[in-house]
Amino acid sequence: MIEDRYSTASTLYPYCRVSDQDAEPRRHPVVIVGAGPVGLALALDLGQRGTPTLVLDDHEGPGAGSKAICFAKRTLDIAHRLGAAKKMVEKGVVWNVGRVFYGGEQLFEFNLLPESGHRHPAFINLQQPYFEQYLIECIRVEQSKGTPIEIRGRNQVTALTDKGDFVALEVDTPEGTYKIEAEFVVACDGARSPTRDMMGLSFDGRVFEDNFLIADVRMEAELPTERWFWFHPTFAPNVQSTLLHKQPDDIWRIDFQLGWDIDRDKELDPSRICSRVDALLSSQTGDVPDYELHWTSIYTFQCRRMQEFRKGRIFFAGDSAHQVSPFGARGANSGVQDAENLAWKLDLVLKGLAPSALLDSYSSERTFGADENILNSSRATDFMTPKSKAATIFRDAALDLARDHAFARTIINSGRLSVPCVYDGHAHFVQDALTNGPEVTRPGAPCPDAPVEGGFLLDNLKGNFTVLAIGFDCSKLKLIDGVAVDVLCIHKPSEYLQERYLGGGKSAVYLIRPDQHVVGRWPEFSEDKIRAALLTALGKEPI
Amino acid sequence: MSLILTPNIPDTDGLYQELVEAHDGLSAEESEAFNARLILTLANHIGDRDVLRQAIEVVRKSSGGNVQN
Ligand SMILES: Cc1cc2nc3c(=O)[nH]c(=O)nc-3n(C[C@H](O)[C@H](O)[C@H](O)COP(=O)(O)OP(=O)(O)OC[C@H]3O[C@@H](n4cnc5c(N)ncnc54)[C@H](O)[C@@H]3O)c2cc1C
Repeated sequence: MIEDRYSTASTLYPYCRVSDQDAEPRRHPVVIVGAGPVGLALALDLGQRGTPTLVLDDHEGPGAGSKAICFAKRTLDIAHRLGAAKKMVEKGVVWNVGRVFYGGEQLFEFNLLPESGHRHPAFINLQQPYFEQYLIECIRVEQSKGTPIEIRGRNQVTALTDKGDFVALEVDTPEGTYKIEAEFVVACDGARSPTRDMMGLSFDGRVFEDNFLIADVRMEAELPTERWFWFHPTFAPNVQSTLLHKQPDDIWRIDFQLGWDIDRDKELDPSRICSRVDALLSSQTGDVPDYELHWTSIYTFQCRRMQEFRKGRIFFAGDSAHQVSPFGARGANSGVQDAENLAWKLDLVLKGLAPSALLDSYSSERTFGADENILNSSRATDFMTPKSKAATIFRDAALDLARDHAFARTIINSGRLSVPCVYDGHAHFVQDALTNGPEVTRPGAPCPDAPVEGGFLLDNLKGNFTVLAIGFDCSKLKLIDGVAVDVLCIHKPSEYLQERYLGGGKSAVYLIRPDQHVVGRWPEFSEDKIRAALLTALGKEPI
Repeated sequence: MSLILTPNIPDTDGLYQELVEAHDGLSAEESEAFNARLILTLANHIGDRDVLRQAIEVVRKSSGGNVQN
């Protein structure tokens, strides 16, 4: 029997008997445990590359309730390559203005006014189940084209053993258990990762001693599409902070920071939640508009990660590998970056085009990314929940100064924008050879978007290694060591492309990884240098 | 740049008096809050992370209250 651990928003992958259940254990190239946003993004990416991928999830659709709502530009860029971004942006709420209040007074407002020359906005708000639904819809489209992706609902992984040259898995279903084998397993099974537990691996970090009451409220309110954040709100005397943020479908996310010593049951009493919501709304609009509680829950937050995200043939991605507090929206956003980092590496290794040692770089690169995310969200959480009297004094000092002085506003931290990390100094990138090249496109950096003829630059980075040649006619590179290389020549770079990729110079050549991170860049086109850099990126010794 | 630890204020006595007088009439709590605002404001003016790091280190090492011989 497989118990429901949570209710689902919709049924998207109902249980269905498959032939594996009646056969001797069959070997699959990649088995993904968990069809959350990370498992689905990974499956889509691998499948599109032609690597057969099997996803097992113990439920039959995305979990209902309050989880991620903020999706950052990088996630949209990745989803764009996978085919899901259009729906996300159409459905999502785009916001730019944030306001910070202290007590009853507005301290300042900020505008994330998106830098021009990118296809996607800095952020959209969208309920996580929609993101998962759109990924599944893409998978269904792919399946109809014959792309080798399979999702099995109500399939729970109950045991797994790394046998050295494959992994043996046991799967439970409503009709009993069966066995399969996998060349590689990726555990995308969430923060409580049963895979991690089965392997006895640790998950260490910090618990923040604070409770957040999350109320998703449905109402047609005349409030602007902005992010409002209160420190010490006057409408809620014992609450440290409150957040109000709009989602699609006339739903508003309200977070109340309740502190550590609370009576959970009492706080979850709908009438008590309504009185909090009433007080907030009447302080803003003068009266209380009609609303209904759509979903409520209480969360405590932690920041922790596994030591390594790879253990032999088993990988960990998303919340199973690392967990952050949600301030700064780095959970799902960083998990999707894990998926894109791993997909092309697994694909090339399975096809015999890269040595399996390349897979270690998944762990070194993404633990580095996780540390940066943990650092940022710990700092935000520490600002919001000061740990000592001195910390409270400094926090309040910054708030007091922020009313009149711009410098203090930059200290106020209710979550920093989630941006992808730059793999500075990591092994699979080469030394920057473009003197005075822009910082944002140095080796290790994710490519920023820019307009090019007929669209945007990132539209042209389709998942292969790409040579971007600006101001050159470059030779017809196609394959290097069997690995497909796309070439993109741009003769008349837009102003944005010049600013982001050339700096002062007239021309440049970039080698870009399948996950859109820059491997290396040069002022001149040299096939030898590109070949050597590509071999470095693949973890092969340059010849 | 390294942190200046040799005399650097033209009118030390005047500044000292001004600092102390700024706390006149403040409760202990208000004084703490005042100092915090002052530190943040000065830190922004200095703006040099290295210098600020050195200052924190120097202050951490100075005995602050428990004079030891
Ligand atoms: C209140 C809140 C707000 C948040 N806000 C944001 C935000 O604004 N932006 C953001 O980026 N992130 C946010 N997050 C974080 C985000 O929700 C998570 O990072 C994200 O869900 C992680 O995705 P995942 O795919 O790694 O894991 P999950 O979404 O947890 O999915 C794991 C899947 O694995 C399945 N599974 C588990 N065990 C097994 C098994 N043995 N066999 C088969 N299947 C199994 C589960 O059923 C589940 O479907 C928020 C989180 C919370 C709680």
